[in-house]
Amino acid sequence: MLTLRIIPCLDMDEGFVVKGRRFRDLKRVGDPVSLARRYYLEGADEIVFLDVGATVKSRRIMIEVVEKISAEIFIPLTAGGGIKTVEDIRSLLLAGADKVSLCTAAVENPSLIAEASSRFGSQCVVISIDAARAKNSWHVFTHGGQVDTGLEAIEWAKTAEKLGAGEILLNSIDQDGMGTGYDLELLRRIGEAVKIPVIASGGGGELGHIYDAVILGRADAVLLASAFHFGTLTIPQVKEFLRTKGVNVR
Amino acid sequence: MIGLIDYGAGNLNSLLKALKYLGFPAQLISSPPATKNFDRLIIPGVGSFASALDELKRREILPFLTEWLEAGKPLLGICLGLQLLSHGSQEAPGIEGLACFPGSCERLKAPKVPHIGWNEVEVIKEDPIFDGFPEKSHFYFVHSFALTEVSPLTLAITDYGLIFSSVIKKGRVYGCQFHPEKSGPIGLKFLKNWVEKC
Repeated sequence: MLTLRIIPCLDMDEGFVVKGRRFRDLKRVGDPVSLARRYYLEGADEIVFLDVGATVKSRRIMIEVVEKISAEIFIPLTAGGGIKTVEDIRSLLLAGADKVSLCTAAVENPSLIAEASSRFGSQCVVISIDAARAKNSWHVFTHGGQVDTGLEAIEWAKTAEKLGAGEILLNSIDQDGMGTGYDLELLRRIGEAVKIPVIASGGGGELGHIYDAVILGRADAVLLASAFHFGTLTIPQVKEFLRTKGVNVR
Repeated sequence: MIGLIDYGAGNLNSLLKALKYLGFPAQLISSPPATKNFDRLIIPGVGSFASALDELKRREILPFLTEWLEAGKPLLGICLGLQLLSHGSQEAPGIEGLACFPGSCERLKAPKVPHIGWNEVEVIKEDPIFDGFPEKSHFYFVHSFALTEVSPLTLAITDYGLIFSSVIKKGRVYGCQFHPEKSGPIGLKFLKNWVEKC
């Protein structure tokens, strides 16, 4: 049986791991290579790197970091942030990423999803959806949570799947960095709408939140940043807890 | 020297990096090799069944590969590499594979395909490639097709909607459906065992 994946996420700015709340107030929390090494040894199932700096310099450093990390860490690596073209994707894959995560560029230019998946395979195209509640639905935001596109998150997830996305990385902007639990309704609704794996992101702060994301939100994987960086939770602790609850983990 | 068969599709970097990390010299084979310096071959796996075979033909690597197989020299097929070593695949009806392993590949039957993530590999036949392994361990999979025939050559099985051969061996030719180069420390151990003990 397939196991639930526990994925630490490193948001990076100019080579430093940063973390904020609701996509704001970013603070530096460490060095990506040593953090990635620690998470690998603790049993992380994958690692996600997102460049939130979105400057030319920040992106160049990101590629160097991916190159360094992939020489000593042998689990799937996803890189994203600021990707605009198939060439950007290619350079990250060549640096050692196994998958790329597309957010703003995919919304602005959906054909990039089709292009990337036909060229590199859908298994390496992760569509990152930054969503926030808007009355009875959820809107897709771009540019690091700054721009409300008005696009319906559930519809966008279906479109992305049709275009060839291999996975959905679903971030709740409302819950990001709050440590008060995932947006379970959003998770479940998207999970029911698509057949590709959905990674829950934004809000995981306690063991119970992760369990809820899997059972109530039907997530295929959970992504955590703050809780791991600040040591509120550790990967072995999360896996042990889930195991005792009957969730299959590695 | 380990030769990595390059048929233009996959990202062979991670495999090269894993072998380098383990201290095993490796080199890509993108055309018929002039030297005979290779003592092992790996057919890595990303891409589709038909286009991989077409590309192997176009690059004129296929005769080298069949000769290698006939001589019974050490080879490891990873993911699509394993599938290419079977008789064929539902992915490319009517196209004959390298026909080293019995049976042909079928599309997985599960609510979510491709099969992406860590799944259990259960050893059903002891082999040096599993030296130091527990009876069941988790490896990283990414695929939509699998060799569903479980034959006496099958060394390990995995269950995803249906049971398939996740490790298989004929003589000195091995195939694994998972990606050892992405399966953490145990994946590295699998590669190390293959080079040192198989």
